[in-house]
Amino acid sequence: MIAPQLCVTALSKAFGGVLAVDQVSFDLEAGKVNSIIGPNGAGKTTLLNLLTGIYAPSAGRVDFEGAEVTGLAPHRLAARGMARTFQNLQIFFNMSALENVMVGRHLRERTGWFAALLRSPGLRAGERESRDEAAALMRFVGLDAFLDAQADAMPYGALKRLEIARALGGRPKLLLLDEPAAGLNPTETQAIDALILRLAQSGVTVVLVEHNMRLVMGVSDHIVVLDYGRKLCEGTADEVRNDPRVIEAYLGSTEAA
Amino acid sequence: MDWRAPRTGGLALLAAVILVLPFALINNYWYEVAILIGINAIVCVGLNLLIGYAGQISLGHAGFFGLGAYGSAILTARYGWPPAAALAATTGGVALLALVVGRPILKLKGHYLAMATLGMGIIISIVVVTEDRLTGGPDGMSVPAFTLFGLGLAGERTWYWVTGGALLAAVWLALNLVDSPAGRALRALHGSEIGAQVSGIDPTRAKVGIFVISAVFASIAGSMTAHYSGFITPGKVGFFHSIELVTMVVFGGMASTFGAVIGAATLTLLPQLLTALKEYEMVVFGAVMIATMVFLPRGFLPSLMSELKKRRK
Amino acid sequence: MNAQLAQFLLSGLTIGAIYALVALGFAIIYNASHVINFAQGEFVMIGGMATVAFAGAGLPLALAIPAAVLGAVAVGLALEKFAVEPARGASVVTLIIITIGASILLRGLATLVWDKKLHALQPFSGNQPIELAGATILPQSLWVLGVSLAVLLLLGLFFSRTLTGKAMLATSHNPLAAQLCGINVRFVLLLSFGLSAALGAIAGILIAPITLTSWDVGVMLGLKGFAAAILGGLGSGAGAVVGGLALGIVESLGAGYLSSAYKDAIAFVIILAVLFFMPSGLFGKKSAERV
Repeated sequence: MIAPQLCVTALSKAFGGVLAVDQVSFDLEAGKVNSIIGPNGAGKTTLLNLLTGIYAPSAGRVDFEGAEVTGLAPHRLAARGMARTFQNLQIFFNMSALENVMVGRHLRERTGWFAALLRSPGLRAGERESRDEAAALMRFVGLDAFLDAQADAMPYGALKRLEIARALGGRPKLLLLDEPAAGLNPTETQAIDALILRLAQSGVTVVLVEHNMRLVMGVSDHIVVLDYGRKLCEGTADEVRNDPRVIEAYLGSTEAA
Repeated sequence: MDWRAPRTGGLALLAAVILVLPFALINNYWYEVAILIGINAIVCVGLNLLIGYAGQISLGHAGFFGLGAYGSAILTARYGWPPAAALAATTGGVALLALVVGRPILKLKGHYLAMATLGMGIIISIVVVTEDRLTGGPDGMSVPAFTLFGLGLAGERTWYWVTGGALLAAVWLALNLVDSPAGRALRALHGSEIGAQVSGIDPTRAKVGIFVISAVFASIAGSMTAHYSGFITPGKVGFFHSIELVTMVVFGGMASTFGAVIGAATLTLLPQLLTALKEYEMVVFGAVMIATMVFLPRGFLPSLMSELKKRRK
Repeated sequence: MNAQLAQFLLSGLTIGAIYALVALGFAIIYNASHVINFAQGEFVMIGGMATVAFAGAGLPLALAIPAAVLGAVAVGLALEKFAVEPARGASVVTLIIITIGASILLRGLATLVWDKKLHALQPFSGNQPIELAGATILPQSLWVLGVSLAVLLLLGLFFSRTLTGKAMLATSHNPLAAQLCGINVRFVLLLSFGLSAALGAIAGILIAPITLTSWDVGVMLGLKGFAAAILGGLGSGAGAVVGGLALGIVESLGAGYLSSAYKDAIAFVIILAVLFFMPSGLFGKKSAERV
């Protein structure tokens, strides 16, 4: 039995009097596709923000690859191999698409000030490498048509994939996707579906927060269900689909997924 | 918004302008104006990295300029240091100050950041005026000429070439920085601080770094002014000069190194052209500031470039 | 009480009351529009200079003062209409530059309309110093404190009892909701600039007999009023008043006991200290960022 890659223990987050995340615990194995689902307001995005350092937890702990990472700032978590995308796009609209993806590689680039000011040969070589890799990532997510585009000229669906390409730039071990299919039409959703499977095959651990049940049931190895900030249950797609508590909480409603 | 002129093209054009300009400078007065433009442009290029690319704000950069000027002045005039050593020590000192002060200041954002830099700049100018035994107070102090290995740099023509060369170097460094991982990190912070953070960028380290770099540009420009003019007064250290610098950057076009140069040139020339209307200088300057921000919020050069792009289609 | 301490406290309170009025002006405009009006100090200048001009032209003080205040209000309204409103929704940097540009423009106009000399305004009720707790206080200082207090009480009544005042408060809390309730937000904005201009002008008129007035007297007063507003918590009216008084007293004590040369620096050191250690000031609200 391999040790889990991500251990979340009794994680809680209170905003004033509201307990958005309440004593949530679960373990995730490396290389699997995990989904976090739940009705609106269940605390999914808050949980994601806690895991990626955007919020500091009120209680509980998070361990990643055996080391405690509770409360670390987002850039430090990135250094440990965590990457994420956002429900509300955090694209750099003041840069080109390629540059957006290159920023994802930041931790693997030469980031020194002097090398930058003087444009050393090492830096120039690094820039070429960065551009090539960024272009390759854009092709991997299916953005061949936008290699020369400016970010502010790209359609919404492409931008969602751009954010994923950026997140992949750092060669993350754990990739957290916050509603990657939100706002996409069925064709685009299928493309994301296929992309997530490709990602899983490449060995990246994926954590998916999603509303789209067809997508979730189709790609997930492991699902955690939240309701009112608490973990309702977890398990495989079949286990979760048939759990009466989950059905009662929200699958029973006419979720046109 | 990618209307930047190709790097080498723009740099070559600037070099050409600098080489050819002396034919239009008919007397010492206009050389002086050209040198002043060059000095302001060096500060603005650095300040633009902070304001335009990194998306921060500083209403106190005249403070760094003044520290550069007074540092060189005091070390050479009062303590007899060789000017080159004084320049190095002053620049290092200002860099250190910017590093120390920058950390807490750059954790602030928006209006609060503006006010903190304002406070910093004004404190520096008050210290300069008050410590009159060292600085000569409101009347200023004289500064010996810059000498290197016994050779003196003096006179309008010499300083024109020195300033021109320094400006080219400053622009080259800035262009390099923008197109580098460190530069992209700054632009990413401006685009979306959270997006930058999750990509591994440490916002404080990046912001403090560019703050220090822009302070160094300002400090060196200040030291140059002190030696060129042979005299330095507190006027250049104050709030009004800080505002002038920010206006030059914003007018020229944020996130544009060449825009910063054009902004510096335009707003340095403006008061010179208005000397006939000396009394109206403040009114015109204030009106220009308001009008630019209301009608050309992205600045002169970017607006011009998008107009040209639109016409081309 | 030690006579010297009493002296410092009294003069600190006097100038503190002025800072409080200026800071209130900042707070009112900031609340209505999230704009920091760097031209606030110019209203102070206009108040003093216009009164001097009107009095010099033969008007009795009782007429010169309201005329000057009205003049300042007109300038405030013009500022909002022609400089701030066209740039609604612009970035922080843009708005800062606009109001700084306006302050430069107004100072330039002041040198054209009037001149660059220092001017004295006659004290409202004579110059005989009054003895109080071992210290001497000018009658003008009593005017400053008295009128400031009256202004504060009136403002308090305005915001809590009148419909317009409540509308302004509502707008400062949530402009969209206020609009949906039928409040004319653009009118509230104009009103806030007019009101702040009046406050600044009154402050300028009150202090002119003590400290003289000139075309650039607004720069430092404006910046210090702003320091007081930050100290009290940007956007809080009570904070502006407490911040103003506190700043005046600290400045006076600092100049008296520590170093009079660095008196002006005190306000800015306070700005930095507040921003580093408690950015929301004494009374401001701490805001959480939602992602």
